[in-house]
Amino acid sequence: MTLVSTESLPLTTSDSVVVVRQAVRQRAVELGFSLVDQTKIVTAASELARNAIQHGGGGRATIEAVTDGLRRGLRLTFEDDGPGIGDIQTAMRDGFSTDGGLGLGLSGAKRLSHEFSITSTPGRGTRVVVTRWK
Amino acid sequence: MERIPILKMGEVLLVSIQVDMHDRLAMQLQDDLTERITAARARGVLIDISALDVVDSFIGRMLGNIAAMSRVLDAQTVVVGMRPAVAITLVELGLSLDGVRTALNVERGMELLTHNAEAIVSGRKHDAGFH
Repeated sequence: MTLVSTESLPLTTSDSVVVVRQAVRQRAVELGFSLVDQTKIVTAASELARNAIQHGGGGRATIEAVTDGLRRGLRLTFEDDGPGIGDIQTAMRDGFSTDGGLGLGLSGAKRLSHEFSITSTPGRGTRVVVTRWK
Repeated sequence: MERIPILKMGEVLLVSIQVDMHDRLAMQLQDDLTERITAARARGVLIDISALDVVDSFIGRMLGNIAAMSRVLDAQTVVVGMRPAVAITLVELGLSLDGVRTALNVERGMELLTHNAEAIVSGRKHDAGFH
């Protein structure tokens, strides 16, 4: 995978979720994503940005345009320095929520992406990376 | 403070969401609508989301909450104008919007709300005559 461009945005308040959504949309348009693909990756970004703020107390989002051979895609990284997730398997389950939400953030973002990885260290923070190819 | 306007047309409250809503704005709309339903004695709420290019789980939850709260307050909610790409994404996200009535556009949504209101009124008349 080759990195073409990178952009980092802070995740602090609910306004930053909107900023991230708009930045991801712009990159997806530039990469020539179809409208449905744009919508999917922007929605995944929205879920993961909100998670980092609500559960991780904030952090940063990195938006990267990547290529792999002829494929072009968007790789998004969401990192926070929050309490971390003790049981990732449970957190990934549809409907599991610790804040009264719908519990679709992580599982939904995974379904909306082609590649998904999550690493979390209790007491240190969480890092989620998703990629969607054109 | 920034707010999404709520218009009243007869017994129906109309909301057209024209901005990329942050979460506080969505919560504010939910609170405002609940108050207005009671104050305006509304029988229907029509929410136009045709300008929204993203509906994530937070906005989905807000729509579900508004529908549930209006039902408790004896009003019906119809969400109209969902973009096809948003509908496809919502299903993949896992959000089924249970309990939220939808219609293709504002016109059909209004039809749904006014027909239902008429059906309820004629049902009441029928009941009254029966006893």
